[in-house]
Amino acid sequence: MLAVVLMLFPAFWMLITSLKDIQDVYAATVFDFTPTLDNYRDVFVSTSAAGGASDLVTNFSNSVIITAMATLLATLIGVPAAWGFSRFDIKGAKDQLFFILSTRFMPPVVVVIPLFVMYRWAGLYDTRTGLILLYTAFNLPFTIWMMKGFVDEIPGEYEDALMMDGYSRLQAFRQGSLPLLVPGILATAVFSMIFTWNEFTFAVFLTGSTARTVPPAIAGLLGGQSTPWGLVAAAAMVFAVPVLAFGFLVRKHLVAGMTFGAVRR
Amino acid sequence: MSGIHIEGLRKQFPDGTVAVEHLDLEIADGELFVLLGPSGCGKTTTLRCIAGLEHQTSGDVRIGDQLVNGRRAGERDIAMVFQFYALYPHLTARDNIAFPLRAQKVATSEVERRVAASAEMLKITDLLDRKPSRLSGGEQQRIALARALVRAPQAFLMDEPLTNLDAELRIDMRTEIKHLQAELGTTMVYVTHDQVEAMSLGDRIGIMNGGRLEQVGAPLDVYRNPATLFTAGFIGTPPMNLFDVAVDGPALVGPGGLRLPRPADATGTGLVAGVRAEWLGIAGPDGDGASGQVVATESLGDETIYVVDVADQRLSVREPPTAQWRDGDAVTVHHFARFEPRVYDGDTGRLLGADPAPAQAMRAPGDAAPGPTTTDPARSGADAGTA
Repeated sequence: MLAVVLMLFPAFWMLITSLKDIQDVYAATVFDFTPTLDNYRDVFVSTSAAGGASDLVTNFSNSVIITAMATLLATLIGVPAAWGFSRFDIKGAKDQLFFILSTRFMPPVVVVIPLFVMYRWAGLYDTRTGLILLYTAFNLPFTIWMMKGFVDEIPGEYEDALMMDGYSRLQAFRQGSLPLLVPGILATAVFSMIFTWNEFTFAVFLTGSTARTVPPAIAGLLGGQSTPWGLVAAAAMVFAVPVLAFGFLVRKHLVAGMTFGAVRR
Repeated sequence: MSGIHIEGLRKQFPDGTVAVEHLDLEIADGELFVLLGPSGCGKTTTLRCIAGLEHQTSGDVRIGDQLVNGRRAGERDIAMVFQFYALYPHLTARDNIAFPLRAQKVATSEVERRVAASAEMLKITDLLDRKPSRLSGGEQQRIALARALVRAPQAFLMDEPLTNLDAELRIDMRTEIKHLQAELGTTMVYVTHDQVEAMSLGDRIGIMNGGRLEQVGAPLDVYRNPATLFTAGFIGTPPMNLFDVAVDGPALVGPGGLRLPRPADATGTGLVAGVRAEWLGIAGPDGDGASGQVVATESLGDETIYVVDVADQRLSVREPPTAQWRDGDAVTVHHFARFEPRVYDGDTGRLLGADPAPAQAMRAPGDAAPGPTTTDPARSGADAGTA
């Protein structure tokens, strides 16, 4: 119970902060304030005299597009790769898998400077394509490793039986194993998505204003003369919603995916 | 329907392991051939090479008179049943059985007719609308068998199909498979590690070890005349007693002075004798034989297997249930003179006096001509007797 309170307190504080005006924020009251939705309006509508959509709207659409594309690409490439590693006798498969994993050993900050230089040179700096490529590459090891486990769990006989019935290797994969892999794919995709959605280091270094995603954008709200805490909290709340919603929708598959190996067939 | 001919089959995996080393095998049309061996002996790999699920490193596989080396599994017109039944979980039993036909775009009415026919054959007509998750293991395996035979393929390949069933069901299904094969007269290659299953099913058995074929022959033939020490120690419950012997005039002398008749070919040194448990007998401590001590008894109802320690050598002796020895009893073990022990060269592990090449490995397809008649045990016995 105490743990639940401790864990939920920051979220709760963020929620009430997002509903306060700036005086109430600094007053740090818990219930004694007049709720306002102004902060949420400010997330979407520009506060400048010209009005129109706020910068955060651009950041949100960047986040959505980049996350969706990077997750999709990592899944599209990673699932067949995992299947290949699982089903075929590949020379040095273990070394290859280790190499793939090793790309995740280094913390992002270590590689971000060389990447910055490369991206400047290649014209990928501050582009969505640049971030999509990077996140795809970053999600792939995870996808391949996790999916390989799922493919290993599915008996190869399904595919063998289909091949005996006249299907090609790939058709056998699509008809035989792929339907059974759906929970695993969803579980993996959710993790990729959460990682990409929340990624901060690369995004802050490799984007300017055009392709900036939400995490660095929210961070950018801090500082200056004063910090609009209400806006920060409201933006963060809005930012958290899609992942929560998606996680909620696929929760059944997620659990099925995570306990896959533990269930007796 | 057609025979299967394998010549010089070799399979090496990319990691360097050689699963099958130069295997020659002739399986006659309509024969039920069992590939038997411990796990990792290459029997499943051989089967998968026949199926086209693995591609051999070298060698030829012919089904009927067609060379199928480069052909995909689906183009070989053979059906396979797997240890794990590989039924599609989202399809009903009916759709599972119909699947191979639908994949071949067979007309709907024809599909229905053939599904009904094979369902009837396997007595699963009332299960057709259930999904695999609502079927027991035995029922699932029946569906898998129906799926294999619905296509009326040239040959059936069975990859340990009964391993996942419990013992009682396994015996039922064994009978059923044998009956089914005899009725259809379709060539069947059956892979198992269970020698009882192999003995009771096969028209002929091929015993594999370390990627090589040790011996090919009719079940009783293999039981009576194991061609190698490996086969001798693998076939039979209990397997043959194997022990070092020395030549002593017209006899061989084993552990504790156990005397055996000497076959004409048994000369020289480094000999190992193979003696079936039923070729030995037990008498009281004053009897004429090698003295030892009973260390274990296995009462099987119609017979009892005694394990007797004779000069640090464990010997299994088969006795009628009337024998009443108990663990710890001091006894003597003798060899019945009417049985001639099999004698092996201890270095090569080969049976002395046998052809250097496994005698029955190559048999012309017409020569064997098994078909349904061979399923008759009398016939198998006669076969073995001639060897």
